[in-house]
Amino acid sequence: MSIWQRLTDGVPARALGALMLLAALLLAAPFLLRVLPAGDYWLSILILVIYFSYIGQAWNIMMGFAGQLSLGHAIYLGLGGYVAAALYVNLGIGPWLGVFVAIAAAMLAGGLIGFLGFRFSLAGVYFALLTIAFAEFTRILFDHFKWVGGSGGLFLKVEAEGSAFNLQGSPLLFYYVILALAAAVFVLCRWLLTSRLGYYWLAIREDPEAAQAAGINVLRTKLLAVLISAGLTAVGGVWSAFYYKNLFPESAFAMGRSIEVTLAPIIGGLGTLFGPIVGSALLVGLGDLFTTLAEYLANTWGIKAAGLKQIGYGLALLLIVMFRRDGVWPWLARHLGFDRQREDRP
Amino acid sequence: MSADPGQFLLTLLQAIVMGLLTGMVYGLMALGLSVIFGVMRVVNFAHGEMMVVGMYLAWLAFDQLGLDPLVSLPAVAAALFVFGYVLQRTVINPFIGLPEHMQFMLLLAVAILLVNACLAIAGPDTHGVQVDYMFDSFNIGPLVLDAVRVYAALAALVVAGLLWLFFTRTRAGKAIRAAADNHIGALVVGLDVRQLYAVTFGIGAACVGAAGALMLLIVQVHPFLAIDYTLLAFVIVIVGGLGSMSGALAGGLLIGVSEAVAGVLLQPSLKSVFSFGLLILVLLLRPQGLLARRS
Amino acid sequence: MSGAHLAVRGIAKSFRGLRAVSDVAFDVPGGAIHALIGPNGAGKTTCFNMIAGVFAPDTGDIRLDDRSIAGLRPDQICAAGIGRTFQIVKPFMGLTVEENVTVGALARTQHVTEARAAALRILHELGLDDRRTVRAANLTLPDRKRLEVARALATGPRLLLLDEVMAGLRPTETDQMVAFLKDLNARTGITILLIEHVMRAVMALSQHIVVLHHGEKIAEGTPQAVTRDPAVLEVYLGQEEALPPPQRGGGGRRPEGETT
Repeated sequence: MSIWQRLTDGVPARALGALMLLAALLLAAPFLLRVLPAGDYWLSILILVIYFSYIGQAWNIMMGFAGQLSLGHAIYLGLGGYVAAALYVNLGIGPWLGVFVAIAAAMLAGGLIGFLGFRFSLAGVYFALLTIAFAEFTRILFDHFKWVGGSGGLFLKVEAEGSAFNLQGSPLLFYYVILALAAAVFVLCRWLLTSRLGYYWLAIREDPEAAQAAGINVLRTKLLAVLISAGLTAVGGVWSAFYYKNLFPESAFAMGRSIEVTLAPIIGGLGTLFGPIVGSALLVGLGDLFTTLAEYLANTWGIKAAGLKQIGYGLALLLIVMFRRDGVWPWLARHLGFDRQREDRP
Repeated sequence: MSADPGQFLLTLLQAIVMGLLTGMVYGLMALGLSVIFGVMRVVNFAHGEMMVVGMYLAWLAFDQLGLDPLVSLPAVAAALFVFGYVLQRTVINPFIGLPEHMQFMLLLAVAILLVNACLAIAGPDTHGVQVDYMFDSFNIGPLVLDAVRVYAALAALVVAGLLWLFFTRTRAGKAIRAAADNHIGALVVGLDVRQLYAVTFGIGAACVGAAGALMLLIVQVHPFLAIDYTLLAFVIVIVGGLGSMSGALAGGLLIGVSEAVAGVLLQPSLKSVFSFGLLILVLLLRPQGLLARRS
Repeated sequence: MSGAHLAVRGIAKSFRGLRAVSDVAFDVPGGAIHALIGPNGAGKTTCFNMIAGVFAPDTGDIRLDDRSIAGLRPDQICAAGIGRTFQIVKPFMGLTVEENVTVGALARTQHVTEARAAALRILHELGLDDRRTVRAANLTLPDRKRLEVARALATGPRLLLLDEVMAGLRPTETDQMVAFLKDLNARTGITILLIEHVMRAVMALSQHIVVLHHGEKIAEGTPQAVTRDPAVLEVYLGQEEALPPPQRGGGGRRPEGETT
């Protein structure tokens, strides 16, 4: 079976067509958005959507495929960002090289966490708490890590002569980089799902004991999920560090950031390929909607209160979780006729 | 650190005592989670937020009505009981028994709503209570104990005691423990498990609300404390042992002391290092908790 | 493939001071079909779990073709050539029938296409190929049992451990499964060890029976010998009839109350 065949086996033609259309639109998006009055703003929104789909997809590998709840994924984002940024700022090593060191660092951390967790049979909440504890630890550690700026933060100068080699440039550059990453991870996940590893992950997710009896080394297979997830997430962290040009331990490793990572895949649909994308679009869209609403309330009706936007956001989240428990994408896919004979695979 | 070992020892001892007192309130907060997570296995990611709501309610009572948190405590606890009861019956009940990530997401949404409701109503500034006895203290030998901490700790003890009486002496309490041990058995015997769960959640919420009122005597409140308290509650419950009331209280004391000692030995910004280190060790080596019993 | 020889030597297991199995020993020659029977709590599944690597025996040894396998992990046991089914079936609920068996087949090959082809062959042998795109969660119990056997077979075992695979099946379904297993054994020479309560199947299939009670072996021998053994009869005392005589194939009365 050729690569193309393997990637598209079992996918209905309409779904493929829609996917091609989406890809084309995304490639042309920056130029299409120029037409709008606030084009730059919309581009930044789109960048955010694609960024969250990317890291959501990376997180999904661990949770949706191997069934391990990580609430400390910020550790990989933060490590990735800090390693690449520190190498660049302190040693002048460009991010395209630094990213490999970043991936290695994240995999080390992931390997440790995964090994400890699985070796000691932690599951569910307990495993999640382990991931949280490690992220918090790292946050406190970096607060006192002078070489990377400690709690004062690490800043990347905006170079006058920016070049793509140092990930310096206009939002356009960052858009295409993150788009390429998101596309790559999408294809990678599809590839993995149709591979032996993918089958093994799904088996472990369904029934670890039966999986073991069928010859699967559960510990090693789960660890692989963690390592791949950690490495991919770190790349997102590198991108993020160079896009925002600053890093603080307080925010880079924060619990809030870990939670952010999980929102899109859970809302969109765990274990599915389109879940993180749909979830991300929905959440960023909702966030924007409620920000606008809050502004409207303030300007037109004089109702001004901090946190109104988040209340709307929280309410939307609550409703989605209560009424679309499997995520929005599976429901959407059924209605658009994109699903195959099996409901929970795109 | 001072060069005088005697002085240092005194500072350390002082920190330990302060930690014990604060830890008592932590323990009450964790008790609430032990009830919710231990009995219903609900991952209450909104626990810290409920605590903060309790703190805000107590602050409002003080600010608007001049009530000392020790006095408004029963009302705050009652309000949170009702909130917890209703929340469980309407929103949470379908999620019992579902995978953790779903519960986590549900309660995260609740947490976001609670925190931002507080933010919308009370604003982002910190608020505290200035009670008359704020600057009083008790002197035991060379140690100085804040009156507010002593009263808060005593009140926490009383509430915990009441809770213990409830679970061991009343029908409802025993029914809840039965349902916790054996869900199907409880159904068979005719217990209205849904009702029981709602009461249980309400009690857990009341506990954490009471803890909030007491905590307000010790610290000031602002909306973004919440997540730290949620984590703290989970750390304490895991370290102390699920399903064990004494475990939650003892865990609270332990964490309170470790935070205080870390603040003295290292720096205040590192105070959670010991707590998280302890959590990791307990998770790996003794996940049932340090004071676990077979429940 | 020819069947593997299983030698169990004096294994014992205690759980928190409770002796579940003590000093059990038996041999299953390559290509044979043996049964392990006994009342509930006799320690049969505990023995199975020790052979399958779920936990290690406290003492004693288990050898597969002269290689010690005691204490290996379940996935290592599978690699060594033992396939097992579970008393309460454990299919991968969210996966289709085909995917379930493909997982098993991936134990023998790295390539998904090869594994899927092997899976389809096995599904055909077990008569499940018309349901291959059905999710396991939507299967009936008899089909789930067949799926469980298919998945175990896909791992290419030389010894098959079947834990109460007939439980819950109707007589016709039991006969079908018996016929399948007999045919499988005749064609491939695979060794089969089964735990069974459904005596109809035990009598039809096994060439040799080991009887456990309270964690100890109290008898073993041919079906004829075992059903006349006084120790065995005493253990099953209280039933209306003695154990049925060995069947020559299908038919005959099946003692009721065999749900234990």
